[in-house]
Amino acid sequence: MATRKFQIYRGDNEKGEMVNFETEVMEGMVVLDVIHKIQAEQANDLAIRWNCKAGKCGSCSMEINGKPKLSCMTRMNEYKPDETTTITPMKTFPVIKDLVCDVSWNYTQNKRIKPVKLAPESKTEKGYVMYQKDVDRAQEFRKCIECYLCQNVCHVLRDHDKKDSFVGPRFMIRVASLEMHPLDIEDRIPELKNDFGSGLCNITKCCTDVCPEHIHITDNGIIPLKERVIDRFYDPVTILGRKIFGVRKKKLPPLNP
Amino acid sequence: MSTNTITDIHEKGLFKTLRTDNWWLYPGLVVFGLSSFLIYGFWSAWQADYYWYSAGQGGFGGYLAPFYSPLLFIKEGVEGAAPMEHSLFGAWPSWWPAWLPPSPSLLILAVPGIFRFTCYYYRKAYYRVFSGTPPACAVGSLPRKGKEGYKGETGLMIVQNVHRITMYFAVMYIIVFFYDAYLSFFRGGELGIGLGSLLLLGNPILLTCYTFGCHSIRHLVGGRMDCYSCGMMGEVAHNNGKIVGWLNQRHEFFAWFSLIWIMIADFYIHMVSMGNIIDPSTWSF
Repeated sequence: MATRKFQIYRGDNEKGEMVNFETEVMEGMVVLDVIHKIQAEQANDLAIRWNCKAGKCGSCSMEINGKPKLSCMTRMNEYKPDETTTITPMKTFPVIKDLVCDVSWNYTQNKRIKPVKLAPESKTEKGYVMYQKDVDRAQEFRKCIECYLCQNVCHVLRDHDKKDSFVGPRFMIRVASLEMHPLDIEDRIPELKNDFGSGLCNITKCCTDVCPEHIHITDNGIIPLKERVIDRFYDPVTILGRKIFGVRKKKLPPLNP
Repeated sequence: MSTNTITDIHEKGLFKTLRTDNWWLYPGLVVFGLSSFLIYGFWSAWQADYYWYSAGQGGFGGYLAPFYSPLLFIKEGVEGAAPMEHSLFGAWPSWWPAWLPPSPSLLILAVPGIFRFTCYYYRKAYYRVFSGTPPACAVGSLPRKGKEGYKGETGLMIVQNVHRITMYFAVMYIIVFFYDAYLSFFRGGELGIGLGSLLLLGNPILLTCYTFGCHSIRHLVGGRMDCYSCGMMGEVAHNNGKIVGWLNQRHEFFAWFSLIWIMIADFYIHMVSMGNIIDPSTWSF
């Protein structure tokens, strides 16, 4: 057990301060444990959003020593015993109180995306037919716990405040999971380019770096979507191919393997 | 206990961060790596001489510096120039401006240069270090002014979409480099091996690993499909995706490894051609 120093943001969206705390840290503690300890012993009104404490609910997102992380998955032994650990709310979203942010903007982005439209010819008496290898890619994106750390670290939203023109990495992979769905026959490529802001992402991969589920957001989600935009709007070879051979109908998994 | 500090949680500005780790290390290394390559590339292209070595022997075989391949035109009478039969289009053109050195390299560097410039990996690297968008994750970006502010790849950088087109040409370069490697195992028509042969063989192998890990190729050979259970083409796309996907996961590694290797190979051929380095080889026995 050792006494460690912390600076925790206390305040709202307009004003706040970094408040100093010192508390005993025991082996095996995570940052969320420390916050709970400080809340119990020194600052009963310290606001923190948390739920599962297992890295699966995505509630306790914050910035620890300036890095976006889940506090429940960040062990205290990552930090030197003599350093002061700073704990701040996510920078990209409005602060409600202390470490709790208003992330409701994200929900509005989700509503902008056209929902899945399943091909009716793939429906059988037993349900829709598809195979594991068809859904391998999209399943990676289904691991998302919506912690919004990727939205928080994305500089397009964080520094340039382009919330009106870029949906952010989380919703880019939501679009990717639908576009790559083997049974989906909806077309979201035009709005991906014109409304969702695929061109605003400059591939700096910070979203991938901070993802607690280790989803390859940029390489497997955003870049493939950018490639589909290029197919449609920029590659003269594929554009010419469509002019000559027409738009090919999406192939659907066979009903009988 | 020290005093509390008033803070603006949403404060913005270049390099603003609460990060305490060495976040500047990666951009620092990228600045060093890319700057070194650019300086060397311009130096090599500007030389216009000593890009070929065959120990003074005619016939089939010799080392060709990779920054000069393919040889579209050859200027005769230049020290260390390749024999005229290696030129694709013959003698050096008369329209070439006098203020530019008659370097075959200046004619062919644009395509691989643009291919690398528009590569998804290099974009990450140089956006971070040269345009500060952002310098590192959760480190303040360079503020953008103007009516629209930050435009990403929708403004001038919409040009990044030519990556797909340059990729088509980059694949052709690999074929040329493999031919150069084949050529390097001969001297005066005699089969052999030298250190230069190994460097020139490693070059297209690494470039293949880099190019075929390209996100654009991954898209074309399988990524654009959504149904992998759809017949033979689906199966082929699925298998392609596995191979290219393996390379794609190592795209950054091969981007740097191939870049450093081609630089070393090119410098080595220059030095051997100038007589500054003796090429250890089976032909000298």
